[in-house]
Amino acid sequence: MSISTSTDITTSSVSAEHAHHGHPDHRLFGVVLFLIAEGMIFLGLFSAFLIYRSMLPVWPPEGTPELETLLPGINSIILISSSFVMHQGQAAIKKNDVAGLRLWFGLTALMGAIFLAGQLYEYFHLEFGLTTNLFASSFYVLTGFHGLHVTVGLLLILCVLWRAQRPNHYSSESHFGVEAAELYWHFVDVVWVILFILVYLL
Amino acid sequence: MTEAISTTKQRKWQDYFTFCTDHKVIGIQYLVSSFFFYFIGGIFAEIMRTELATPDPDVVSPELYNQLLTLHGTIMIFLWIVPAAAGFANYLIPLMVGAEDMAFPRLNALAFWINPPAGVLLLSSFFVGAPQSGWTSYPPLSLLSGKWGEEFWILSILLIGTSSILGAINFVTTILKMRIPEMDIHSMPLFCWAMLASSALALLSTPVLAAALVLLSFDLIVGTSFFNPAGGGDPIVYQHLFWFYSHPAVYIMILPFFGIISEVLPVHSRKPIFGYRAIAYSSLAISFLGLIVWAHHMFTSGTPGWLRMFFMATTMLIAVPTGIKIFSWCATLWGGKLNLNTSLLFGIGFVSSFLIGGLSGVMIASVPFDIHVHDTYFIVAHFHYVLFGGSVLGLYAGVYHWFPKMTGRMVNETLGKIHFAMSFIGLNITFLPMHELGLMGMNRRIALYDIEFQPLNLIATIGSYILAASTIPFIINVIWSLNKGKQAERNPWRALTLEWQTSSPPAIENFSETPVLWSGPYEYGIDSEPRDSDSIRDLLAEVASEG
Ligand code: HEM
Ligand SMILES: [Cu+2]
Repeated sequence: MSISTSTDITTSSVSAEHAHHGHPDHRLFGVVLFLIAEGMIFLGLFSAFLIYRSMLPVWPPEGTPELETLLPGINSIILISSSFVMHQGQAAIKKNDVAGLRLWFGLTALMGAIFLAGQLYEYFHLEFGLTTNLFASSFYVLTGFHGLHVTVGLLLILCVLWRAQRPNHYSSESHFGVEAAELYWHFVDVVWVILFILVYLL
Repeated sequence: MTEAISTTKQRKWQDYFTFCTDHKVIGIQYLVSSFFFYFIGGIFAEIMRTELATPDPDVVSPELYNQLLTLHGTIMIFLWIVPAAAGFANYLIPLMVGAEDMAFPRLNALAFWINPPAGVLLLSSFFVGAPQSGWTSYPPLSLLSGKWGEEFWILSILLIGTSSILGAINFVTTILKMRIPEMDIHSMPLFCWAMLASSALALLSTPVLAAALVLLSFDLIVGTSFFNPAGGGDPIVYQHLFWFYSHPAVYIMILPFFGIISEVLPVHSRKPIFGYRAIAYSSLAISFLGLIVWAHHMFTSGTPGWLRMFFMATTMLIAVPTGIKIFSWCATLWGGKLNLNTSLLFGIGFVSSFLIGGLSGVMIASVPFDIHVHDTYFIVAHFHYVLFGGSVLGLYAGVYHWFPKMTGRMVNETLGKIHFAMSFIGLNITFLPMHELGLMGMNRRIALYDIEFQPLNLIATIGSYILAASTIPFIINVIWSLNKGKQAERNPWRALTLEWQTSSPPAIENFSETPVLWSGPYEYGIDSEPRDSDSIRDLLAEVASEG
């Protein structure tokens, strides 16, 4: 008796799952695992930074030109707000509102691009180079590696925008691409907050 | 004879050279290509052992010796054991959980195809002057000996690391999300538990190695000084980042084989596994502890005393979950109806040699002792007992156990037993004397040594030739069995895990119908007759027709 019920459960749940893409969708779970791994790279870099910081008597080492915080501060505000802007896009697609998705994601992409431009501007106006000292090297590697992630995130958003041109590509039920891009963007944001505190404020 | 095979659609040999997304093809691709690299790494080892038969550097120059040493270690770890474990995981996980493939098949194929180019890149470093700083690549040494060889090494490790992260994402998702609904987490095979623990480690620690290698690359190519004391950097930071990955890596290299052994022992001794939950949870405990012991590799790196105490304590703690496993395996064997075939022999060989490596591990976990033997042959003895006596014997136990499933042919037991005997004897002749050499004070990673060390070195070299020869019966066996071996039935070992419910080799879609979970994975010998899945099917058919 119990055997036949359990096989019934199997068949029904399998057919329900097959309604979608032919497979239950585990991709978002996979993205989360990937982001955990990504987070560990940053954790490794941040730990190295903190060890250097605690190793030297003066930090940044004596003679390092001061870091300007106004522009990066504005930049941070732009990047952090972009996360909220982006979330509106996901909310829109949940209501099947593709135009809304494109509006909010387009805005997010713009904010991300401004952030990157701001960072490049900062690079060109800094008075220290990659090999000046430990602080300078760490600064460039950390912000550069993060900037690389912003760029990837930006490409993901552009990808979503591109696909959203096709009618019915995204719908309230099926919008994995939207969710993945958003998750990635939030991740990049959180990393930036930690980075900003460690590098600019501490 | 061949009818059984031709009824189900099978892969052609060409498929194995394509970007195929079938997890079974990818599993075989991993296994075969890693065996190919094992062969190369083995040749390097034999050249080194030949050099070490006499005290002077007469066979290869010390520089070449260093290069061979570096590539031997790197290949054996990153291109043999890690990918071979991924091969088993790929082949077995979907079958064991009753899925038709991995969660992300294309990602899976990508993860495999990163490996061969990475291996070629690593070997091609010989053209630009291969790296000489060992598989650990400590700066400042690694910054001094040949820039491009070192950079090739870094790039190839970064590629392989990416591959293992992608693989781990697939394994975790498949194990957690793709089990047939009746299989709860406590009725899945222990191999899945082991892969879960090992993949968690890979996900958490490999990225940190990537961070270390990126910084090392900057030092090497751009001239920053993260790890270069000459420019104010600190090589110890590299050691911390490196071992934060590389200690867990030793568990990434052993946990899958713990899993294999937990499958092999109960089947061939016809007894339920002793302590299913103890074995499952101890894998998780090992993963967790494995993340907080890394500095036991740095007891002589100026690590402050209190920190050494911490790492000594956590390291010794790892012996507890490890010991739980060993006792559980012994208890599983105890009083069983042992079917001493090649697979079980390798399984028992695994338990006994791994035990020796585990015990020497506890010895060197102790700071006062380690200060004496650090960087001596005692360490070499330790890790070869765990990696050869453990991982490699476990790997062979798995090969002999699943060969019928993977190929549809039985192996030749006589050749198999010769292979086992030569491996086991060779392993002990090669690596046992190294304990003594280390205690006598012989340094590791050197081509020339003091005359007093010669006798034991000669013995080790002879042992290594036995080991090299032991692969000959294996290769003959594989080729012979593939062509002439007895046709394997669906379930030759009367095993209860799901991979044995489908044909041998499995059809492309794995199961013609969703497999049924009739009992736990290890309930052998509980009835008078162990139930095999054929009779389960018959029974089920009866139940179904009764309606
Ligand atoms: C009870 C478990 C274990 C303990 C307590 C232990 C302890 C240690 C310690 C303290 C060292 C550092 C010694 C030194 O460099 O002075 C070491 C080295 C090493 N262990 Fe283990 N170990 C254990 C299991 C394993 C396992 C399972 C593996 C691999 C499968 C392994 C592979 C290695 C390797 C490769 C090294 C040398 C790394 C190098 O310097 O190149 N160990 N072990
Ligand atoms: Cu270790």
